[in-house]
Amino acid sequence: MTVTAVTKDLNELTMTVDAEFDVPVDRAWQLWGDPRQLERWWGPPTHPATMVQHDLTSGGTVTYYMTGPEGERFHGWWRVTQADAPRLLVVEDGFADENGQPNPDLPVTIMRVSLDDRPGGGTAVTITSTFASLEAMEQLISMGMEEGLRQAMAQMDAILAA
Amino acid sequence: MINYNQMVVDQLADADVDRLFHALADATRRDIVRRVVAGEHSISDLARHYPMSMTAVQKHVAVLEGAGLVSKNRHGREQRVSGRVEALHEAQRLLDMLEQVWRDRVDRMGALLAEPTLEDPT
Repeated sequence: MTVTAVTKDLNELTMTVDAEFDVPVDRAWQLWGDPRQLERWWGPPTHPATMVQHDLTSGGTVTYYMTGPEGERFHGWWRVTQADAPRLLVVEDGFADENGQPNPDLPVTIMRVSLDDRPGGGTAVTITSTFASLEAMEQLISMGMEEGLRQAMAQMDAILAA
Repeated sequence: MINYNQMVVDQLADADVDRLFHALADATRRDIVRRVVAGEHSISDLARHYPMSMTAVQKHVAVLEGAGLVSKNRHGREQRVSGRVEALHEAQRLLDMLEQVWRDRVDRMGALLAEPTLEDPT
């Protein structure tokens, strides 16, 4: 299993990751299709994901939250726009408020996953992320700064409390 | 998201962080940044969106300018505010950060697939 290529297109605002897995397509699909498996790779180890709703059919919804080291929760959602298990999955991927309701003010990314048989065995996976606009990317950046600064503030509080 | 945040913070010097923190600690200033990143606005345009005087808006813009988040340009008698041009280059940086997020995810997928599977004994 390896990442074989990463293609970034600044004009189209897309990033494509190609990877190869040494398992059949049906098994690789379970990385998305089984919520317990999805939980184990979606968030970083410091922020594991917990799936709340998980309906990977066309028109279905996935809701989840990631739990930070201090127990804080970051909520997110997917809207499934296309699903053809075990070959294709297209979702809109966005942020939610603390009640899990989609936050319309935050940028939405489109994630497209396709899985194909490799000649000689295994699965080729292509994951493409598409940003709605440069403004949406900019907004992500400015939010990143804001959130990062909040973290920096929490660190300062910890230092002052010591 | 969390990964990007940490990386963004790591790339900023402490003094910059202080200035940015102060600049972005205010909801009006965050809103101004979002507006001018999408396109240039005059101070009077901006002032229409907030229940405050033009002088107050000017002060907010000055704080943002000090933090390097916006720049002011004179057009005749009018001052216009735009998002930092360099901010556009951060699109590339965001894509770079996103690349790392997905490389880490694929690593975790690989580790998961390498585990012994619990097959149904049917």
